[in-house]
Amino acid sequence: MSPVLKLIAQRVALGLLLLFMVSVLIFIGTLILPGDVAQSILGQSATPEALANLRRDLGLNDPPVQRYFAWLGGVLQGDLGTALTSGQDIASVMWARLENTLFLAFWAAVISVPLAIFLGLLAVRYRDRWPDKLISGVTLASISVPEFLIAYVLMFFIGVKLRWLNPTAIGFRPDADVLSKLEAIALPVAVLTLVVLAHMMRMTRAAILNVMQSAYIETAELKGLSLFSVIWRHAFPNSIAPVVNVVMLNLAYLVVGVVVIEVVFVYPGMGQYLVDHVSKRDVPVVQACGLIFAAVYIGLNLIADIVSIVSNPRLRHPK
Amino acid sequence: MQTTKNPLLQVRDLKIGATITPPGGRPQDIEIVHGVSFDLQKGRVLGLIGESGAGKSTIGLSAMAYGRGGVKITGGQVWVNGRDILQTSGSDLRALRGGEVTYVSQSAAASFNPAKKIMDQVVEAAVRQGKFTRSAAEKRAVELFEKLGLPDPQNIGNRYPHQVSGGQLQRCMTALALCPEPDLVVFDEPTTALDVTTQIDVLMAIKEAIRDTGVAAIYITHDLAVVAQVSDDIMVLKMGDMVEYGTTEQIITAPREDYTKALVSVRSIDHQEKPAEGTPLLRVEGISARYKGTNFDVLKNVNVELRPGQTLAVVGESGSGKSTLARVITGLLPARQGRLSFDGRVLSPDLPARSREDLRELQMIYQMADVAMNPRQTVGTIIGRPLEFYFGMKGDEKRRRIKELLEEIEMGDGFIDRYPAELSGGQKQRVCIARALAAKPKLIICDEVTSALDPLVADGILKLLLNLQKVEDVAYLFITHDLATVRAIADSIAVMYKGEVVRYGTKSDVLAPPFDDYTDLLLSSVPEMRMGWLEDVIANRKMESAGH
Repeated sequence: MSPVLKLIAQRVALGLLLLFMVSVLIFIGTLILPGDVAQSILGQSATPEALANLRRDLGLNDPPVQRYFAWLGGVLQGDLGTALTSGQDIASVMWARLENTLFLAFWAAVISVPLAIFLGLLAVRYRDRWPDKLISGVTLASISVPEFLIAYVLMFFIGVKLRWLNPTAIGFRPDADVLSKLEAIALPVAVLTLVVLAHMMRMTRAAILNVMQSAYIETAELKGLSLFSVIWRHAFPNSIAPVVNVVMLNLAYLVVGVVVIEVVFVYPGMGQYLVDHVSKRDVPVVQACGLIFAAVYIGLNLIADIVSIVSNPRLRHPK
Repeated sequence: MQTTKNPLLQVRDLKIGATITPPGGRPQDIEIVHGVSFDLQKGRVLGLIGESGAGKSTIGLSAMAYGRGGVKITGGQVWVNGRDILQTSGSDLRALRGGEVTYVSQSAAASFNPAKKIMDQVVEAAVRQGKFTRSAAEKRAVELFEKLGLPDPQNIGNRYPHQVSGGQLQRCMTALALCPEPDLVVFDEPTTALDVTTQIDVLMAIKEAIRDTGVAAIYITHDLAVVAQVSDDIMVLKMGDMVEYGTTEQIITAPREDYTKALVSVRSIDHQEKPAEGTPLLRVEGISARYKGTNFDVLKNVNVELRPGQTLAVVGESGSGKSTLARVITGLLPARQGRLSFDGRVLSPDLPARSREDLRELQMIYQMADVAMNPRQTVGTIIGRPLEFYFGMKGDEKRRRIKELLEEIEMGDGFIDRYPAELSGGQKQRVCIARALAAKPKLIICDEVTSALDPLVADGILKLLLNLQKVEDVAYLFITHDLATVRAIADSIAVMYKGEVVRYGTKSDVLAPPFDDYTDLLLSSVPEMRMGWLEDVIANRKMESAGH
C-alpha cells in the first residue's frame, strides 16, 4: 500500500476511535447530571408509582452499560431516539436543523476563507507597511469584540436604522427560494465572517512568512519573479498544511460554535435547537446534538490532516 | 585580465553594508565590503575566493543587485551590459534577474521548491521572462540535462526535488541557471556540499557547460584547488577587501600577498605517524548495526583497533556509516552484533548500562560547535559541567581548572564569562574541545570537527588537537570526509564505503599503492592545486575504463 493511503487509513481509524470515545463521554456526562428524567417529564406532583412505571418504560433501571449500547446501536442505525418533551423523532427534526446550520456555515465559509487567505497574502506582500498593519488591526479588533455585540451593532445600523436588510433571520423559511434565504442570512454571515477572519488570516500570514525564510524563495526572487508571484506560486503551496488546519478549525467553529449567533438572529439551526433542549433537560436531544457536533469537529479535522498528508510531495511521490 | 571597451560586468568601488544585532545589543550598521572593483568580459570565468565573512557571496549577488537578509548595497556602481543596475528597479530589475544574470546556490536541495516538479522550476525564469515558450524552454532544459550528464534527461524533469540525489540536484540547478540563456551565471559554492567523488563530476559538468554555452561566470568558493580548475582569473578577498587579483596561473604559482600564500600552502602540518605498538585502547570487533525500523545493516562487520595516544581516522563519504560507527561506540545506537572493548574491559553496547567511568573516559566533539553548546550558558558553565559531574569540583577549585583548560586551548581566561554567540566558529570548537578534555578522557571521538570551519581556522584546530594529544596522551577517533585532514592527523586509517571498512592499516600503508578501486577513486578525486588537474583526472579515468 502506498504510504499516503496507509497514513490516511490510520487517520480515519483514529477519527472513528475518537468518535466512539466521545460518545462514551457524552453518555457518561448526561448520566452524572443531577436530576431525574422521569421526574422532569411528569413534574413535581407525580405519584411514586407513576415515576416507577415511567422509569421502567424508559429503561432507566437497566445497568448503564446496557443502556449505552442500546443507545449506540440506535445511533448506528440512524435512530437518535425521541425527544422527551415533544415526543418527536429527534433524527427527522435534527436533520432539518443541521441542514440550516450547514447552509449558514457554508456561505460564511465561502466568503471568509478566500477572503482570509487573500488578506493573508496581501499582508505578506506589504509586510510591516500600512496595508499589513491595517489588515492586522481591523481583523484583530473584530475578533476581540464579542460576537453578540457585533451582531447587535450590525443589526441596529443595517437592519433598523438603514433598513437595508431584515434585522433578524425570521424571513428564513424552508420553503423560501434561495435568494430570499440568502437575504435572510446576510447579517449572520457577515458577523460570522468577521469573527473567523482574523484567525485564518493571521495564520496564513505567519505560515507564509515562515516559508519566506527558505532558500527556495531566494531562488524564486533571483528568477526575477514579482513578489506577489513568489508568494503565490512558491510560498503558498508550501504553507497549505498549517493554513488548512486553521481553516478547518474555523469551519468547525462555524458549525459547532454558532449558538450565540443563531440565538441572536433567531435562526432555526442546531445551536438554537440545542439551547432550547438543554433548558428543558431533554437528555436524548442533548446527547444527539453533542454527538453530531463531535462528528463534525472530528470530521473536519480529519479532512485537514488528510489535506496536509496529500499536500506533502515526499509522501505523495515516494522515492 | 585584458580589457576591452565594453565588459559584460563592471563593478566600481562597490560598498556593501549590513544591519546586525549583536547579542543583547542594539542593531547597528556595519560595512562588510569596502570598495571592490573589477571587470568581467563575455565568456570569462572569475573566481572569487576567501574565507567565510570575506564578502564573496555578497559581491556575487550584487551582480544581480540583490542583498540577502539585512544586506544592502550602500555605494558604488555595478554595470551589466552597459547599464548601472543599482539604478534600476521594478520590471527592469526583474528582467535582469533570471534573464541576463542567474544564480546557482550552494545547496540545491534547499534551493529547489519541494512542492514543485524540477522541470517547472528549471523553465520558470525563461518562460516568465518571455525568452522562450514553454515547449521551447522544456526542449532546451532537456538538452541541458543531457549536457550536464543527468540520467534519463527526457524524464528527470517530471520528478520532485526529493526524488533525485544531491549531486544530480546540483546539476539541475546549473540547468536552471543556464536555461534562460543568461550572459552571466553566479556560481556560489556549487560543489561544496557534495562528496568529493561527486564533486569532480559536477565540476566537470559545470566547466563544460560554461565552455559550450560561452556564458560568463563568477565562481565563488573557499577552495582554491577547486577554483583553479574552472576560472580564468581569481580575486582573493579577505574581510570585505580585495587582497589580490590576477590570472589563475599567477595566483596559484606566484602569489604576491602573504594571505594568498597562506591559502595556497594551507595544510602545513607535518605529522609523523606513531608506530602501531602496545595493547589497543579500543577494540571494535565484528560490529554490525542497523537503525530502528529498517531492515538493512548500516554497519557490516566492522573491525578496527585504536592504540592509546594515537589517532585512527575513519574516512568515507556521506552515507558510508562513519558517524554511525561513532554512535555505536558511544552507545547511542546499540550494535546488533559484535563486541566493543575499551581499556581491557568489555563495553556494554547500550548507553544506560555503562558506568560513569566508561562515560568519562570516552568523550565526543561534534561538527556543529554552535548547536553542541547551550546558547544560554557561559563558556565557564559549559566547561565546568563535566568537572562537577565527574569530579565533584566546586567554587575556586573548579574555576581554577576551567582557567587551566582555557589556557590549554589557547584562549585566555577572559572568555570564561562569555556566551557562545560571542565567539567565532573556531573559538566555539575550541570550547567544545575543552569541555571534552575536562573529563580527562582516554578517547575523544571527533566527528567532522573541522568540516564547518575555514581552512586556516581548521588548520589551527588540528594543530591544537595534535598538541593536546602529546600533552594529555589522549587517543582520537577522527571521523572525516576530508583526505587532507586525514594526512595531517592520522596514525592509522580506516576507509569506509557503504557500511564496510574497505581498507584499514597504518597511514603509510593505506596511502601507498596498490590501491583498491574505491580508495583509488577517493584519493584521485581530491582536487589538487594546479591548473589542468581536472582534465587529467577525467582523461585518466576514461583511459582506464576503456582499458577494462
